[in-house]
Amino acid sequence: MARFTPHTEQDTRQMLEAIGVTSIDKLFEDIPDNLRAKSFQLPEGKTENETVKIFNDLARRNRTDYISFLGGGYYDHFIPAAVSTVSSRSEFYTAYTPYQPEASQGTLRAIFEYQTMIAGITGLEFANASLYDGGTALYEAMAMAVRANNRRKVLIDAGVNPLFRRIVKTYVINIDIEIVEVDLDDIRTDKEKLASMLDDETAGLIVQNPNFFGIVEDYEDLFIRAREKGIVSVLVFYPLSLGILKTPGEMKADIAVGEGQSLGLPLSFGGPYLGLMAVDKKFLRKMPGRIVGETIDRNGKKAYVLTLQAREQHIRREKATSNICSNQALCALRAVVYLSLIGKEGFRKTALICMERSEYCKNALRAIKGLEIVSGPTFNEFTAVLPGAAEKFLKKMLAAGFAAGLPASLFYKDKARHLIISATEKRTTDEIERFAAAVKKVLS
Amino acid sequence: MKLIFEKSVPGRIGVDVGATDEDALKLINSRFLRRIDTMLPEVSELDVIRHYIKLSQLNFSVDTHFYPLGSCTMKYNPKANEAVSGLPGFADLHPFMSYIDEDSVQGSLEIIYRLSSLLAEITGMKGVTTQPYAGAHGELTGILLMEAYHKSRGNKKKYVIVPDEAHGTNPASAAMGGYSVKSIPVDRDGGMDVDLFRKAMSDEVAGIMLTLPNTLGMFHRRICDIVEIARKYDALLYNDGANLNAILGKTRPGDIGFDIVHMNLHKTFSTPHGGGGPGAGVVAVSEKLTEFLPTPVIGRKKKGNYYLDFNLKNSIGCMASFFGNFAILVRAYAYIMMLGKEGLVDVSEKAVLNANYIRVKLKQYYDLPYDHTCMHECVFSAKRQVKKSGVHAIDIAKALIERGIHPPTIYFPLVVDEALMVEPTETESKETIDQFVEAMIEIANLAESDPDRIKNAPNNTPVSRPDETRAARELKLTCQQ
Repeated sequence: MARFTPHTEQDTRQMLEAIGVTSIDKLFEDIPDNLRAKSFQLPEGKTENETVKIFNDLARRNRTDYISFLGGGYYDHFIPAAVSTVSSRSEFYTAYTPYQPEASQGTLRAIFEYQTMIAGITGLEFANASLYDGGTALYEAMAMAVRANNRRKVLIDAGVNPLFRRIVKTYVINIDIEIVEVDLDDIRTDKEKLASMLDDETAGLIVQNPNFFGIVEDYEDLFIRAREKGIVSVLVFYPLSLGILKTPGEMKADIAVGEGQSLGLPLSFGGPYLGLMAVDKKFLRKMPGRIVGETIDRNGKKAYVLTLQAREQHIRREKATSNICSNQALCALRAVVYLSLIGKEGFRKTALICMERSEYCKNALRAIKGLEIVSGPTFNEFTAVLPGAAEKFLKKMLAAGFAAGLPASLFYKDKARHLIISATEKRTTDEIERFAAAVKKVLS
Repeated sequence: MKLIFEKSVPGRIGVDVGATDEDALKLINSRFLRRIDTMLPEVSELDVIRHYIKLSQLNFSVDTHFYPLGSCTMKYNPKANEAVSGLPGFADLHPFMSYIDEDSVQGSLEIIYRLSSLLAEITGMKGVTTQPYAGAHGELTGILLMEAYHKSRGNKKKYVIVPDEAHGTNPASAAMGGYSVKSIPVDRDGGMDVDLFRKAMSDEVAGIMLTLPNTLGMFHRRICDIVEIARKYDALLYNDGANLNAILGKTRPGDIGFDIVHMNLHKTFSTPHGGGGPGAGVVAVSEKLTEFLPTPVIGRKKKGNYYLDFNLKNSIGCMASFFGNFAILVRAYAYIMMLGKEGLVDVSEKAVLNANYIRVKLKQYYDLPYDHTCMHECVFSAKRQVKKSGVHAIDIAKALIERGIHPPTIYFPLVVDEALMVEPTETESKETIDQFVEAMIEIANLAESDPDRIKNAPNNTPVSRPDETRAARELKLTCQQ
């Protein structure tokens, strides 16, 4: 059994003597007898050796031996080795929230750099120190919109990640906010319909680029119209796509949120991930979450601290901008190291390679009879319509060694044959050709 | 030290991402393309490594310093947990595979299922959701569960009761979940005042959020009365499990009468704090609330296969995109597996032993507003030092930093003036704790003999005390290149 308590019997005895009690049990006397644990049926402890073996077996019971074309907001991107070298420094990962700046300049500076980079890639003025994930970040953005203009209705496009929409709907079950989901025109976001729905009761407008089916749009005109009506525009973005795609800032979004997993985080079966948030300057003081600022110390030296804390729960309690009292600091660290490594040119090039591979994949699949690629501008993900239901097709493809994509029917009942396929920079042209050959075989 | 942007040299790259075909851009209308600079740096891989490794060295951390930060349970994070959580079978697994082919994700589903069962037994509860990403996120989950429960009984309630010693997230979560907050003061013994609580109760109260042991490190001796009163009004009892580290195997929230508890896996179950996250705020509930849990829950078929169950008719919905911070769940499961039943009981016993040892060793030097056996943490006050020489809790904290010790939590809980909240955890040895005690005594003595030394500390850190007012007034939140 592994023990992480260093006390020898002598230590324990001396400490009890100093306290003035005869046994450890005496220290628990405040717990009344009738409240003592009725059961505590847990297995015996195991050695580290035994434990590691069990986990190796468990990990083997997951299959990861296929070539993946599965995305849906979470992508199989390449992660340079140096990212983990930094994030596995235990001075970073065994520290806590940098409340004591003199003892936390490492974490604080890294977050300050992270804020700068997120502002830089989104083209907006400010970013916070990160939120839990993309979906919860979207809720926070929506709550900011509602607080900003005191209206209660929020328009959310059906092209926004359905998992994010599910979270937002759950969060509001006991608050007076009306969420109106706006249908797609096939797989495209219906900008005209959205524009026609902007009225004086609307607090916020939420769209995603590229949308869940991979379609790229320019929302600048829509956001300008929203702004004229006092409506807050929220754009859900895919950070790596911003290497080439028009930014939330250029589109005049007020708030941009996104899932940061693509910035150097492993897929890890759903987390930990990274909630990105950047805002136009007029929303700075309404932004939830930690924020790091630059200042000087007593000797005039540059120093970094948590700032604008008057927004936060430990001071404002029930009047805070959010209940959040942490950030995904270690994930944000991975993102900042990843972005530093690929740098200005690599960020653009990685995005471009993603798009190239996706286009290559489209072309390879286009030749296959019975399968239709839905037309429209895309980044690294696109939608294909299969001759039959997607579920069976996917099982057969998996047997052939490919995770072939995400069936839209999971979230869109009228799209039983739609398959959302993604190709990142990790997919080689050879893999894509083999994939297309397998698709052809399965469909024939 | 320069920021990474200040080390940027045009043309330098950290990694070669490969060749591109610029013609591909022609496939997309130029109005969809980015025109502005990213402001990202141009640095070599060595630049990046040296920069961030040097930054890491500016931090205090559990692996380098004693870190008795009250209420945060900064225990040692066993390295085996790190190793197993990063296995490629876990790290490379796309969460959507669970929607497409359950057979190919059985290892991960088994971990979530088994960890949930263990945590249910540890807390004496019936149902568990691993979705919440952090303690505060668990609180919000609990609040929404309360709402769903009352709604199912045809009730619409208005208030949540929170004692004033509670962590600020409690009232913030209750408000975020749509409730008004009633705050109740603590009594002389440091527990929520039961008489005032009784007066505040009505049919309109949806629930009561209690930290147990509370933030003063006390086990509320009248908890049975509180449970009884709450039951009369069909109000649910929420246990903020931030302090679960004190009571493993001794008592269980479910046995006490709580309906909901959140556990901070990054506290009690030793997953690393990551500089502020990621954590995990798993929520466990009593039988009557299981039907409201977020979906999917992980079920087990008769043949032993695990599956995603979306068929909870009364589910509140979804708190996370998938199953919560899975890699954190793996670490916590490994920790519980290694310690087992006896090991976990030992955790609480030694955590409480260490805290009480500090309490008696320091109480003649610092005020102890609630002088009674504590659980896993004890709360001192610097009032004596303030009165005598103007040395505040924050000065004591800075003097500890100068001595290579991370300070306790200061100015919390709010019910104690000049609070110094010390939580040593069970993983620290008597020698380390004795060194801390000596440092605190030295500081108490210096506060009388040479208070300026304390007020000017620290002098040996990468920066001295930053001007926080200036930071908030002259906002500089990004690097202006």
